[in-house]
Amino acid sequence: MKDENRATHESTEHRGIDKERRALIGAAAGVGAAMVAPGVVLHAVQAQADPRSEPVTSDVRWGLVIDTAKCADGCSACVDACNEENGLDLQTKPGRESEEKWDRQKAVWIRKVKLQDNQTGRITNLPMMCQHCEDPPCVDVCPTGASFKRADGIVMVDRHLCIGCRYCMMACPYKARSFIHEDLEGQLTSVPRGKGCVESCNLCAHRRDYGEDSTACADACAAEGHNAIVFGDLKDPNSIISQLLKELSTRQIREDLELNTGVRYAGV
Amino acid sequence: MAKATVRTILLVGLVWALLAQTVLAEEVRRYVVEGSKAAELDACVEPTERMRRMHFEFIKHQRIATVHQGIRGTKYSLAGCVDCHISYDEQRQPQPIDRPDQFCGACHAYAAVDLNCFDCHASVPNRSEDSPEAQAAHQALGLGPLGSLAQTHAGGGER
Ligand code: HEC
Ligand code: HEC
Ligand code: HEC
Repeated sequence: MKDENRATHESTEHRGIDKERRALIGAAAGVGAAMVAPGVVLHAVQAQADPRSEPVTSDVRWGLVIDTAKCADGCSACVDACNEENGLDLQTKPGRESEEKWDRQKAVWIRKVKLQDNQTGRITNLPMMCQHCEDPPCVDVCPTGASFKRADGIVMVDRHLCIGCRYCMMACPYKARSFIHEDLEGQLTSVPRGKGCVESCNLCAHRRDYGEDSTACADACAAEGHNAIVFGDLKDPNSIISQLLKELSTRQIREDLELNTGVRYAGV
Repeated sequence: MAKATVRTILLVGLVWALLAQTVLAEEVRRYVVEGSKAAELDACVEPTERMRRMHFEFIKHQRIATVHQGIRGTKYSLAGCVDCHISYDEQRQPQPIDRPDQFCGACHAYAAVDLNCFDCHASVPNRSEDSPEAQAAHQALGLGPLGSLAQTHAGGGER
């Protein structure tokens, strides 16, 4: 039997390490500030941490909590922000393709999903993306090792190893993955992308590596004033996301599959 | 007598070898393109000889470190090569680096190397010049931090 709340339980074991890390980070930040001493301006402008120079570790597990009660009908702020952040808006429809087919086929990392309870008529809106499973089926089926889970819990595709077989797309219970069917141009430096590979939400991995606080979707949702998406470290008992998980009654989608997802939903 | 002959032969050989080397050195084509940042600098992120022979090893190692371990801001980043070796035309338009008349493209065309990296990777820089990778490359050259203080965030910032 798997423990549904493994993430939260493990956090107690990791508390010691986490504290130590934080202390270290604090000290390092102090040094940085001292070295640029007269440059008060420099310090103020550089709000973000240094790019990562040590491999990611399992001291953290990144995840999302989504409060569906706050997710507004008709709002697509998270989807739009994700598209822009990850260059998905740079895809163009091939001339021969119908609008309808293109809508189904173009790569998306977040989908807005509307659920209706047929008995009560209650409608729930939610954003659906890669659920960053602890035991990801996409990783199990990948024949090349391209589909993998980073130590910090982010499930992603190493496009250098992906052969485009799309087993992972079939294995994913959340329909979270997309395949790039066409050659592309004008990609973003930070988000390379090309024909013949599978991709999906990577919790803004580049933002993680450059020490930013949040994801594009969570930022956009907050900017709209909805705050339905909260990003954070599931293993840090003091993180906002852990506090939320303690307060809210959250669920994993398809928890019967026992994948221990890193994305949790309240109000579903 | 015999000793003297040997000496002469050795000396002639030495002079010949030296001459041959100078000629060879002059024959080496240079690929750094006018109008790129690299054209104004003296050195690459490693000695030039080493770069010519090893650059793909460096990049591939970097690729694994970045994609699997999240390590950023290092001097062998592919985005970093593009930042420094990209050249601009009179309209200040960056010229795709894999084009057969540009830095990576020209030498690869000569060496008959066919890459697909730029099917996915941006072949022109589209982020700020003081990206962490550019900073790392500059520091590797002992040039100290790059001028501007403004930091754009690395992901999708400048488009
Ligand atoms: C199918 C698309 C695709 C192809 C083809 C591809 N890459 Fe990548 N590459 C990516 C993606 C996606 C990333 C992750 C980007 C990130 O997180 O910054 C990446 C990251 C990298 C990185 C680390 C980021 C950086 O800029 O340093 C390196 C190095 C790299 N690739 C090298 C290569 C080389 C060399 C080739 C050609 C032999 C290549 N890639 C071909 C998609 C591709
Ligand atoms: C900060 C600027 C800078 C960066 C970053 C940089 N280079 Fe260079 N590179 C140079 C300069 C300057 C030279 C010319 C050195 C010389 O004159 O000997 C050069 C030379 C080279 C050469 C030899 C060219 C020839 O004509 O034989 C190769 C190959 C090369 N670089 C590849 C790369 C690759 C691959 C990367 C990314 C990993 C990279 N460079 C990153 C500045 C840079
Ligand atoms: C001075 C010539 C030269 C320049 C300039 C040059 N390359 Fe290369 N590159 C080569 C040669 C030669 C090979 C093939 C080496 C081999 O196969 O042993 C190669 C191979 C590669 C490979 C490995 C290809 C594979 O399929 O394994 C990559 C990646 C690469 N180069 C990237 C770059 C990038 C990026 C640049 C521009 C920043 C660049 N190179 C500039 C000469 C050059």
